[in-house]
Amino acid sequence: MKISVIITLKKDVLDPQGKVIHQTLDGMGFEDVNEVRQGKYFEIDTKETDNNKAKAKVEEMCKKLLANLVIENYKIIDPK
Amino acid sequence: MKSSVITFPGSNCDRDMDVALKKFGFKNKMVWHADTELPKSDLVVLPGGFSYGDYLRCGSMASKSKIMQSVINFANSGGMVMGICNGFQILVETGLVPGVLLRNKYLEFICKNVFVKINDKKNKYFKNVDNQVLEFHIAHNEGNYFCTNDQLKEIEDNNQIAINYCNENGKIEDQFNPNGSIKNIAGIFNKEKNVLGMMPHPERMIDTSLSGEDGSLFFKNLINNLK
Repeated sequence: MKISVIITLKKDVLDPQGKVIHQTLDGMGFEDVNEVRQGKYFEIDTKETDNNKAKAKVEEMCKKLLANLVIENYKIIDPK
Repeated sequence: MKSSVITFPGSNCDRDMDVALKKFGFKNKMVWHADTELPKSDLVVLPGGFSYGDYLRCGSMASKSKIMQSVINFANSGGMVMGICNGFQILVETGLVPGVLLRNKYLEFICKNVFVKINDKKNKYFKNVDNQVLEFHIAHNEGNYFCTNDQLKEIEDNNQIAINYCNENGKIEDQFNPNGSIKNIAGIFNKEKNVLGMMPHPERMIDTSLSGEDGSLFFKNLINNLK
């Protein structure tokens, strides 16, 4: 089963890379962008076949390794 | 005095630290990250470098390596643990010291000498250092110290800030902040002050013909404080 995770920076955390991407987009003529925030995306292929159990495991992975909860939020996407 | 320097895959300041510790009298041992037991030590150092290629977040993989459980136990029982640069990043990922180290504010890798002001001397790292301001070297891409407002309050209430970036006269101002760190923080302690994480490299300042001697002051003092 494949489970996807999106990690984003919390609202008040400075994102210098997002800022530079925003500036570059602006320079390319995409002038209507308000803000860009950069994040991370993971696809985890697990042997677990039970949907809820798999999600619980991935949540544990997020808390222990994939995200740093001081600065990041994680969102687990339901497997299709 | 016995010390241990942990080598992770991608550490590159481990041997510099070994040279510095031995120069000032430590009997140092190099410890591989996959080992599970720490040799008997008065000081454990997590050195600078790029452990695991800085994958995911700097220090995140190294913080889960086998030896780290022993380092965490050692720290929690009062042992002296010092993390320099990538070692500081590893320490924040273990949670031994609060906060995180973000990408530098202006997205530049910074490699230069800086001045830091010692904020607290009631600890074994900086007790009896005569100088208030030290010149150290920094070389990092992710040294922008950040923490939540609640954490910052706790850090300040407990006097956990070890050193702040400043000018040569000890003035702590935004213009002397190289990387955007909150409150110009260059290094912090855990609550008990036996764990120190800092971005600057004292081990690069132990020889006048190479750089400077402020690292020598730091190490001479450290070994005396541990005796």
